[in-house]
Order: sequence, then structure tokens, then C-alpha cells
Amino acid sequence: MRLFRLLTVLSFGALLLYAASGLPDRGDPDAPPHRVRSIAGSLGAAAYYIQHAQSDANTPNIVTVILADYRSYDTLGEATVIFTAGIICFLLLKRQKV
Amino acid sequence: MIDFVIGHYGYWFVIALLTIGLWGMLAKKNLVKKLIGMNIFQASVIMFYIASTTKWNATVPIIDPAVGSADATHYINPLPHTLMLTAIVVSVATTGVAFALLIMIYRRFKTLDEPTLLERMK
Amino acid sequence: MTLGSDSPIIVLTARMLAPFIQLFALYVVSHGHYSPGGGFQGGAMFAASVVLMRLVAGSAVGQVQFKSLWAVPLAVFGMFVYAGAGLLSMAMGGHYLDYDFLPMTWLDYPARHSFGILIVEAGVALGVTATMILLYDALIEGRADD
Repeated sequence: MRLFRLLTVLSFGALLLYAASGLPDRGDPDAPPHRVRSIAGSLGAAAYYIQHAQSDANTPNIVTVILADYRSYDTLGEATVIFTAGIICFLLLKRQKV
Repeated sequence: MIDFVIGHYGYWFVIALLTIGLWGMLAKKNLVKKLIGMNIFQASVIMFYIASTTKWNATVPIIDPAVGSADATHYINPLPHTLMLTAIVVSVATTGVAFALLIMIYRRFKTLDEPTLLERMK
Repeated sequence: MTLGSDSPIIVLTARMLAPFIQLFALYVVSHGHYSPGGGFQGGAMFAASVVLMRLVAGSAVGQVQFKSLWAVPLAVFGMFVYAGAGLLSMAMGGHYLDYDFLPMTWLDYPARHSFGILIVEAGVALGVTATMILLYDALIEGRADD
């Protein structure tokens, strides 16, 4: 059983190593996630954020602008998730009145 | 070949960390150790995203007035940073709920060891 | 319920350190526009200072600083600030969370967005602070009888 688990983990790692060889080089400025326009001509999101964050929101920190302005729905859901987790912990572990 | 290694060794370390986390989740008998394995797994995924944001000769995604914002190659990719900022918060939330569930399990069955737990749950 | 530390050095150091941690947390929240930081990080640091006092001086003294009962209303208030910014911009005629329609007409277009980001970060910071304290209090409660 232990050997089976070891084989599962090792084959999973080998599969990931094989898949990682297809990733673009780390640090390559022309990699698909970083480029300004894709081959089809549509705008790349990350480059758009870098170029327009300062003029759209008057804020130099691009991560803050994406977090709270461009993707604020995402952050609202995120805050709801952590709020729900806190409430669930509170309700689960509340000392029961006997 | 040397370019391939330089471009990919960061991913290999992340994959090593990810298999360690998976091993902890699969093979460890104690539920707290399984939770630690899950946290290592989450940390490796976060590190993978952060590693993929790098651009050589680029700086942090805070606009420097001296550099300007016209050329996107001067700043590393800010989008995965944002996604991982929220992923860290979700990791904290899942860890908190998991600990709450573990405390409930311990109060009911007085053990966190998986075979003993399966015995007592019969 | 934790009892806290017996050593006066640890208690004194933590008491001297906690206000500065809180001040730095406020700096991280309010300076998140210009440097690494923001609501999540600043809220976690503020909660760290509260948890530090609870660990060092004991839960009973920690209640003086921040009562456990306040955590749930504060988390709800933080979420309300975030959702309220969206509802306010919706009431002024825009889309949900469209900071362009916030009722600050003396500010120009990018400055309104900057102000909206500040409101949202403050709401996130309140919610994260309260939730972290809530998690700690919930996990530490009932430790003595186990």
C-alpha cells in the first residue's frame, strides 16, 4: 500500500516535470502571459493593466489597482470567503450551553 | 540545454515541493500532518504562480515616475500577484476551518490518528 | 482560555511592541496605494498585535484590548463597507463597484477611483482583522477541558 502511494506521488511528479518542460522560460519577456498583444491581435490583460493603471486610478501600485478596481468583484468574493470561514469556525466551536 | 535549465529550474523546485505536500496528504496517518501537507501543497502552487511572473531586467509592479508606464517589459506581471494575494487569504480560511473540524473530531473521538479514528467510527 | 506568560520581560516587551505593530498596520493599509501593502496585509498585522496581547498577557487581559464579542459585528461592518461602496456607486447611477459614480464630484476621474480603492481596502482590512481574531478566539476556546 505504501509502495502504491509512493508510485502515485512519483508518477504525478514525473508527469508534472514533463508538463513543465512545455512551459515558457522563466523570465522571458515575450512569453504568452506577458505580451502586449496575442497572435490573434487581442490585448494581453497584464500589459494592459501595467500601461493603464496609473492613468485610470491615479495609483502607482498596480497590484492594488487590479485587486480593488479592475477585479473588485473577485476581491468581494474573497472577502466573503474569509468572512464565511470565520463565522463557520465561530459557530462550530462555540461553547454549547448545557 | 543550459538555457533550458536556467529557464526551468524554478519550476522543478516547485514540483519537488508539490510532491512533498502530496506525499504528506496521502501517506501520513495523523490528520494534523495531512493538514500540514495540504498547506505545503498550497504554498507550492502560490510559488509556481509567483515564479511565472518574472521578467529579466524588470522591477516590481509599482510604477516608478522615472521609468513611466508605457513599456510593459519594465515591470513584472502584476496579475498573478493579485490572484495569489487572494489565494493566500483563502489558504488561511481553509486552514482555520480545517482546524475547527479537527478540534470537533478530537472532541468526539479523542484521537486524530486515522486508523484509530476509522476503528472508532464503526 | 490561556493564562499568559509569567515572565515580566515578555509581558513588558509585548506591551511596548503592540502599539507600534498597530501603527505600522495602519501605515500598511493607508499607504497601500504607493508601496506593497493593502487591506489584507494590514488587517492581518493588526490582528497579529491583538493576538500577541492575548498570547502574552492571557485571554482575560486581552479582552480589555479587544472584546471577543466585537469580532463578529466588526467583520460584518467591514463587509458592509465593501458592499456599501458598490451599492453607493450603483445608487448614483453606475454599475456595481464602478467608482466613477461615487458622489465625490470635486475629484477628477482617476482620483475618484483612488478614493474608491481606499474605501474598499479599509473595508477589507476591518473584515480581515475581525475574522483573524474570530478564528483565534474560536480555536482557543474550550482548551482547558480537553
